[in-house]
Amino acid sequence: MTAGATVTGGIGRSSTSPPAGAWAEREGVFGALATVDHKRVGRRFIVTAFGFFACAGILAALMRLQLAFPEQTLLSADKYNQIFTTHGTAMMFLFAVPMGQAVAIYLVPLMIGARNIAFPRMVAYAYWVYLIGGVMLFVALILDIGPDAGWFSYTPLAGPQYGIGKRSDFWAQLITFTELSGLMVAVALITTILKFRAPGMSLDRIPLFVWAMLGTNFMIVFGMPAVMVSSTALIMDRLVGTHFFNPAAGGDSLLWQHLFWFFGHPEVYFIFMPGLGVVSAIVAAFSRRPVFAYPAMVLSLNATAFRAFGLWVHHMFATSIPELGKSFFTAASMVIAIPTAIQIFCWIATIATGRIVLRTPMLYILGFFFILVLGGLTGVMLASVPLDLQIHDTYFVVAHLHYVLIGGMVFPIFGGFFYWFPKFAGRMLDEALGKVTFWLMFVGFNVTFFPMHVLGLAGMPRRVYTYPADMGWGPLNLTATIGAAVLAAGVALFVFNVVRSLLRGEQAPDDPWQADTLEWATSSPPGPGNFAEPPVVGSREPLWSPHGIVGRVRGLSVEVPEVLVTTAIDARPDSRNAMPGPSLMPPIAAVLTSVMLISSIFTPWAVVWGTIPVVIALTIWFWPTKRETEQHIKLEKPP
Amino acid sequence: MRAPELAVDAPPMQSGDVDAKTLPSFVYGHRSTMWWGTVGVAAIEGTVFALAIMVYFYVRTRVTVWPPEAPPPDMLWGTVNTVVLLLSLIPNHFTKKAAERRDLHAVRVGMMICIAFAFVFLFVRALELMMLNVRWDTNAYGSAVWFLLGLHTTHLLTDWFDTVVLAVLMFTGPIEGRRFVDASENAMYWNFVVAAWLPIYAVIYLAPRLL
Amino acid sequence: MTALPQLAGNPMQDALNATGIQAAHVENLWWLMFWVCTAVFVAVMVALLASVARARRAEQRDETRVSAQGERRLTRWVAGALAVSAVLLGVLFFASIFTDRALAQLPLEDALHIEVTGYQWWWEAAYDDPTPSNVFTTANELHIPVGRPVMMTLRASDVIHSLWIPNLAGKKDLIPGRTNTLALRADAPGVYRAQCAEFCGWQHANMALFVVAESPADFARWLDAQRKPAAEPTTDAMRHGRDVFEKGTCAMCHAIKGTSANAARAPDLTHVASRRSLGAGVIPNTAEHRAAWVGNAQAIKPGTNMPPQPLPAADFDALLAYLGSLQ
Repeated sequence: MTAGATVTGGIGRSSTSPPAGAWAEREGVFGALATVDHKRVGRRFIVTAFGFFACAGILAALMRLQLAFPEQTLLSADKYNQIFTTHGTAMMFLFAVPMGQAVAIYLVPLMIGARNIAFPRMVAYAYWVYLIGGVMLFVALILDIGPDAGWFSYTPLAGPQYGIGKRSDFWAQLITFTELSGLMVAVALITTILKFRAPGMSLDRIPLFVWAMLGTNFMIVFGMPAVMVSSTALIMDRLVGTHFFNPAAGGDSLLWQHLFWFFGHPEVYFIFMPGLGVVSAIVAAFSRRPVFAYPAMVLSLNATAFRAFGLWVHHMFATSIPELGKSFFTAASMVIAIPTAIQIFCWIATIATGRIVLRTPMLYILGFFFILVLGGLTGVMLASVPLDLQIHDTYFVVAHLHYVLIGGMVFPIFGGFFYWFPKFAGRMLDEALGKVTFWLMFVGFNVTFFPMHVLGLAGMPRRVYTYPADMGWGPLNLTATIGAAVLAAGVALFVFNVVRSLLRGEQAPDDPWQADTLEWATSSPPGPGNFAEPPVVGSREPLWSPHGIVGRVRGLSVEVPEVLVTTAIDARPDSRNAMPGPSLMPPIAAVLTSVMLISSIFTPWAVVWGTIPVVIALTIWFWPTKRETEQHIKLEKPP
Repeated sequence: MRAPELAVDAPPMQSGDVDAKTLPSFVYGHRSTMWWGTVGVAAIEGTVFALAIMVYFYVRTRVTVWPPEAPPPDMLWGTVNTVVLLLSLIPNHFTKKAAERRDLHAVRVGMMICIAFAFVFLFVRALELMMLNVRWDTNAYGSAVWFLLGLHTTHLLTDWFDTVVLAVLMFTGPIEGRRFVDASENAMYWNFVVAAWLPIYAVIYLAPRLL
Repeated sequence: MTALPQLAGNPMQDALNATGIQAAHVENLWWLMFWVCTAVFVAVMVALLASVARARRAEQRDETRVSAQGERRLTRWVAGALAVSAVLLGVLFFASIFTDRALAQLPLEDALHIEVTGYQWWWEAAYDDPTPSNVFTTANELHIPVGRPVMMTLRASDVIHSLWIPNLAGKKDLIPGRTNTLALRADAPGVYRAQCAEFCGWQHANMALFVVAESPADFARWLDAQRKPAAEPTTDAMRHGRDVFEKGTCAMCHAIKGTSANAARAPDLTHVASRRSLGAGVIPNTAEHRAAWVGNAQAIKPGTNMPPQPLPAADFDALLAYLGSLQ
């Protein structure tokens, strides 16, 4: 060792292996419950979101079985209505948005060279709240008291007069669970992206995936409150007699629609934008060149994020809103295609001037292009008021929404699974099985959903548990059901691939794809604390440029988990932050919060007495320990 | 295309290296993560308030007489509370500055005064709620007014409770530099809760009389 | 433009089989958008596949690709593609606006006025007329004259519904507390099927409506018949049936003009036997189906608001005989 070496435990090893002590994970059940390691929480979040995806997928399979032939009695009307409501609610609130968040929780700190996510206990709490809320929804369905007014829960159908029992209360409270969770993760991710970046990683050097997550989380901060407000107003109408949505007392059912869709339209961008981020990551790595026109890509992402808030009335074209107003939203809904088109063209340009590696992740991206572009074009059709009035609320919309959501998010995410699985799990997924999975999913998806465009134009409305035999819709419905079986087979094969690889897959090197972003500069999987000495970055592609990494961050504590905090725009080193260690308070507080939320479905007083244990738990959570404070004081340096 | 691997035996600090030991371990304002967390919450809650105000005006478009079936809320206690809240900004500001100086004694005194103000404004808020002249279940107007007030009251309660917890901590310890940052950010949140009240006051008390 | 080959569907409920001017405007717009979007899709896919092919060759030959000059050329391509996309979007936007205007310009002189009210899970239609005695109410079946505009006022009694007659026009929502309007005109005779297109609960799937577009002469005959009060019973059984109706539970919800039953919570039955279907399109209107429906509607349309009618056999048969006479 040379004289100048700083003497800390981690220095004797390579930059990719974990530092001792401070970041070590705890063992056993305590360790599992109390972890504040973003990777562990992120992995668990991803697995749970996938679990909800599978459950909601099974519901879809039941729906497709019922609709395969006309006038079937496999599912009663009531059961079908509960099932399609839960399918939509679970897919949108328990899978699509949380999955993007979960992947970001895992990857963002790694990509920006940070050792952990900001507010890790809050992120852990957000996970448990999400899990419990999701389980509540499915328990309600299994007990035959599941919500049955659609995932969008229009009033007065979901209101106190026509929404009998507690069904729609479970829906409204599920929103509370998922919005609480989503908003907390959003604040944590925004803080992480703006304050925890490696020195030198100015905003014009962050990976496009990180830009996408920054945009997504800003949208969440401003978009999710609208559904919090509307679901709270709905619960109040149902539970304590308010009249927000009661036309007989000055309220209005259209108020529900405005509030819901003001959230609901941005929500599809909460779902779509992480997918766009994944596409950029994979296109770059598998074309062996950075994505073309980085500034244009960044501007497009941000433009999309802003514009997403100006489209919501296109869900309401059939209502009594004035015509001139509707035309504005036609224009807005068409114009938002432009930034997405810019991204599509830039990606194609990247591929055209790159050297393509046609492995499974890239196949999913090619699938994304096909499916998402088709879905986006049907979106332009739906933006037109007169045409929308024919195809609104028909199977044409069912086709459109699945093309954009599955094409724009699910396919990229599956590509992302194949791409990042080596990093998450330290093993490679089987490539041959991966290719088969892709083709099963691609063919299955198109066979399922393409015919639905025709069905919609041919007069088949949405949300129907059956249809008459003489309408002639049978053959295409049967085709869709067969396609669904193929799609399901693909997903099942994926699960098989994952399990097999976890047990006996090929060991993964640090960087199996020779990609350009910082997560590939850690071991697979990364150790606790990610980087013994976080990198100092000198360019946008730290692993591809000769001056990509120009130094290391030294001097962070090894007794206490410390992260480096940098300035928001230029990422100049600014301070260091001692992070909290493992704690049981997040899961405990989450359980207490859930008790309060679920009880308040049955009595409003639960809000009062249920809050008390939550407040006590949060106080204990916050309250610093002497030991921790003494450790911090030893390292303290005032500004 | 990859950067060269670092040597197993760590070389001495190079020009691009950063020595984190020279950096402070706690900082104030937008340099601290606590600030970003607080601003994030303020953005979310601010959006909620804005939406609740929009609900109020939306409901207004559905009727010709405003407020429907009730006189507007009594001005007295709402105005008194506005004054109390604005005055509370003084000890709040004092506390914030004391926290930035790490003056423990001044922070303790400041927080006690803030808590005294909190008791007053919570009490007056209870009076306000009794003099709204409409119930939440009378009509949509009543629902909108109670919703707005309920939201803001929740923030008054959390503000009060956060301050109490921090104040107790300031007396009992354990104290470190970061706790002063917490006190400073708590003061910023207090500013937000007071600032959010002003448009809500205007909507509930002034709008039915002026518009 | 040619219609899609009948891959699916039934010509009586088909947006691409426009038999009314409003639907025809939209169908034209559809085909324009369809061809433009297909062209764009094909172009993008061709560009993608060509790029993949180039990149594969480059990988196989292990070339280095990126250069400043190359990036500039790419910028021109991307900018060009963007410009073309913007122009095409503009074309589609203006096409949409023109269609909107065309729809708003439907001549409405001498329009027939119908007030439609949506209920959980049936449609009430009141034919308006300046002469009060000419006003009548029917359910689940509309007749309209070919070539004459129809102005429908749409209201909802309970939850949000949506009236969609794809062959004739786009849909409009029926929203409680609000009034909406739908204007259309049938230009060819036929029987068209409409369906509720906004999820309205349990039996949303079974809330259909038949729209019979007929010649003005046929329509006038139908109108005359509907305006008359219920046919007088001609047999004892029918008289007894009317008695059962007026004095039993039926009259609590249903009305028959010319009898003492005038409740308005369920379909008006004055001319029920003249309708094509029962239960809002769920079953054909034959004697056996009528008996099944009246006996136990729940078995046919679970959740419908009509309770089973466990009447003694003689009363039941008499009631059915009477209802069967109400042409």
